[in-house]
Amino acid sequence: MCSSKSYVGIDEMDNLFGIHADALKLRANRAELLAANIANADTPNFKARDIDFEAMLNQVANSANTYRTASIERTHQAHLEGNNTNKQGAEILYRTTLQPTLDGNTVDLHAERSAFMENSMQYQATLRFLNGKINGLKMAIRGEL
Amino acid sequence: MSLFNVFDIAGTAMTAQSVRMNVTASNMANADSVSSSTGQTYRARQPIFEAVFNDLVDNNISNGVRVTGVVESQSELRKEYQPAHPQADGEGYIYYPNVNPIEEMTNMISASRSYQNSVEVINASKQMLLQTLRIGQ
Repeated sequence: MCSSKSYVGIDEMDNLFGIHADALKLRANRAELLAANIANADTPNFKARDIDFEAMLNQVANSANTYRTASIERTHQAHLEGNNTNKQGAEILYRTTLQPTLDGNTVDLHAERSAFMENSMQYQATLRFLNGKINGLKMAIRGEL
Repeated sequence: MSLFNVFDIAGTAMTAQSVRMNVTASNMANADSVSSSTGQTYRARQPIFEAVFNDLVDNNISNGVRVTGVVESQSELRKEYQPAHPQADGEGYIYYPNVNPIEEMTNMISASRSYQNSVEVINASKQMLLQTLRIGQ
């Protein structure tokens, strides 16, 4: 596919990394959430939280606007915008526990730890994709094979 | 960069768990600190944990954990009849602290495991950040 323009504009530079740039930010946010869950593993009445990564990434990928917020639909101008969203618009949900505890804490340490590790591996995979893109671009700039 | 916040969050957890370890150590050390009256006797202590929330961004997202205070156990002290003891009261009784060594041991193991978890979270985040710094090299 050939662009009519002979140079790469800033808009196209933004598209260069595609979904991976958004994915990286989401992964970093999720790491923060999971770290907070692990930190509060012994706090009474603490409710573990997480984001539905797939749903959030789809939302980010499909939204055409630059703000990329997943807000509640407003059917009237006077309606207030929901603020249950983080910087990237990912909705933060509560985890449902497999085993209820006496102190009301819903952190399952094993699940949180494996989720943190999984998230960290996926973060590194996203970094690999980005590195591949950057290396390809560098090769094109230098005119190397 | 939200990955830097992970260090703060895990840091608060390590602080809280080390307070818990200190309190447990104090309880174990004083398990046999007898005295001659109920008022003077050492009582088992427990830290109270509370989730910290970042009010600036969102009320619902936790930013770590903190120790709001240390409370003394109100369970009964152990009273023993030892008239020969130098600290025995007028009736020959001495009072032992209400420290339960088994409870303290499980608390210690739980605190040390939670501390280790936070250390691993910090290590994993450090790797992620280092790799992010190396991007494109």
